[in-house]
Amino acid sequence: MDAPALETRDLTIRFGGHVAVDKVSCSFRSGSLTAIVGPNGAGKTTYFNLISGQLKASAGTVLLKGEDVTGLPVSARTHRGMGRAFQLTNLFPNLTVAENVRLAVQSRARVGLDLVSLWSDRRALIEKAEAMLARVRLADRRDAAVASLSHGDQRKLEVALMLALEPDIFMFDEPTAGMSVDEVPTILELIQEIKARANATILLVEHKMDVVRSLADRIIVLHNGQLVADGLPAEVIASAVVQEAYLGVAAA
Amino acid sequence: MLHRLLSGDLPRSHALTVALVVVLVSLAFAPFLFPGSQSLNVAAKICVFIVLAASYDLLLGYTGIVSFAHTMFYGIGGYGVAVAMHGIGATWGAMGVGVALALLLSLILAVVIGLFSLRVRAIFFAMITLAVASAFAVLASQLRDITGGEDGRSYSVPAMLRPSFRLIEDQVLGVSITGRILTYYLVFFASLGLFLLALRIVNSPFGRVLQAIRENEFRAEALGYRVVVYRTVASVLSATMATLAGVLMALWLRYTGPDTTLSFAIMIDILLMVVIGGMGTLYGAVLGAAIFILAQNYLQVVMGKLSAATDGIPLLPQLLHPDRWLLWLGILFVLSVYFFPTGIVGRLRAQRR
Repeated sequence: MDAPALETRDLTIRFGGHVAVDKVSCSFRSGSLTAIVGPNGAGKTTYFNLISGQLKASAGTVLLKGEDVTGLPVSARTHRGMGRAFQLTNLFPNLTVAENVRLAVQSRARVGLDLVSLWSDRRALIEKAEAMLARVRLADRRDAAVASLSHGDQRKLEVALMLALEPDIFMFDEPTAGMSVDEVPTILELIQEIKARANATILLVEHKMDVVRSLADRIIVLHNGQLVADGLPAEVIASAVVQEAYLGVAAA
Repeated sequence: MLHRLLSGDLPRSHALTVALVVVLVSLAFAPFLFPGSQSLNVAAKICVFIVLAASYDLLLGYTGIVSFAHTMFYGIGGYGVAVAMHGIGATWGAMGVGVALALLLSLILAVVIGLFSLRVRAIFFAMITLAVASAFAVLASQLRDITGGEDGRSYSVPAMLRPSFRLIEDQVLGVSITGRILTYYLVFFASLGLFLLALRIVNSPFGRVLQAIRENEFRAEALGYRVVVYRTVASVLSATMATLAGVLMALWLRYTGPDTTLSFAIMIDILLMVVIGGMGTLYGAVLGAAIFILAQNYLQVVMGKLSAATDGIPLLPQLLHPDRWLLWLGILFVLSVYFFPTGIVGRLRAQRR
């Protein structure tokens, strides 16, 4: 029996007296797309931070392909196959678009501690970075400084960085938030593309219910840090408790 | 060829190219262009401080680490040579031992400081480096038997590098090729080599990771770069280069003391050179060091002449009196930082666009 791609067991974090994520146990099968929904402050992003390691769990464990990674730093989890696109755009503002992607590509290739070769000599890495940019339709902005990009383009780059890491787990934290209407389809197509590949495990925090409905195989609902619903999209959306208490708010 | 030598990091501005070529040619032919011991002394100081400022920029401009321990590593290099030459004798072997021990000590200190304190917030790191550097300076002045205390150490250098040495009997372009000139070229080529090495490091895959850490440490870690390791490696490289700069200075001066190596005033000078030249670009270190050392050495002379020329006009001669040179140096720096926040290099490069 194969271990799930990702699993959390009784994952908990307390900030003082406040329990932000409360004993969340959930496993994510390889090749699935799970949407995580819930009202603002439900602990969705905090749950992501616990999984990818930005926050240290007060209790509980995170298992990646059956291996306990709870004690590992963020960078080590990344090298074990965890990829994440951040909710608030989180890039290297004074470097160019190409350099940003390139940094992700070279992390994946593990050549960060190469001090003697020329950055510009590494053709294979550069070509791979170019390919990633083409996938997110940013190839024409390759030499622009990231700080000069539109918000939508920055979100696309954010996704490109995650793609460049070639992870097994793709964590999207509201990938379409703040995007203009005509830019949203690009991101959704990308998520579809990733989903079509075998063994890509996708976790998606999203407020837009139409997006969730069209993409997700499964929905889990967080509220006050607790997992309150888990099931097929149609079931979860139809369930009275979710309808009333959360999705009404979230869909608005 | 040139492209590879400069690691693909071209000046990207005509004015900057011209300025760099002027500095390079002046330094390369200093003994012939500017004969005399004082001007050669200035040229050698510029060479050493280019290395020192460039290695500091590796930390400050590229990695975003504020450290006040840079003169400590510079001093370790100086004292390594001084203690070995004074204790063992004026041989190349003694020098090798001194350099090796100095590098080892710098390496250990840089790793220890890095691992213990690069995890903490930037301001605490700066304070820790300040504390360690001050402790080292006190130690160096108290261990009189080894370091010579406040008086420092004077020593002889290997025969080839002494003023009385003649490489050839004849003069070249009207200049005798003495041991001093050989020492100068040792300093010049070593500095050039170290500078090109630093240029290579900042343009390597590793160098880009350093910039990424400066820009967004959190995301660099999320991309899979162990930030504390990269910072520690950067600190070690920077410390090693500063140590070698100290070695060169010790060979040139044939004297090492607290005031020429460990003083906090030198730390401030290096900081100003990097800021004036332009942080995050090694060419900034070249221009910053050259301008700063020139101002330090010749501003007084210029002011003396101006003061004499304005004799008779009220107030002006007093303001331009050579004793007021630090005031004017200060004003120059405030103005340059105010008008060129990205440094001279940043300014020159921006003009082209």
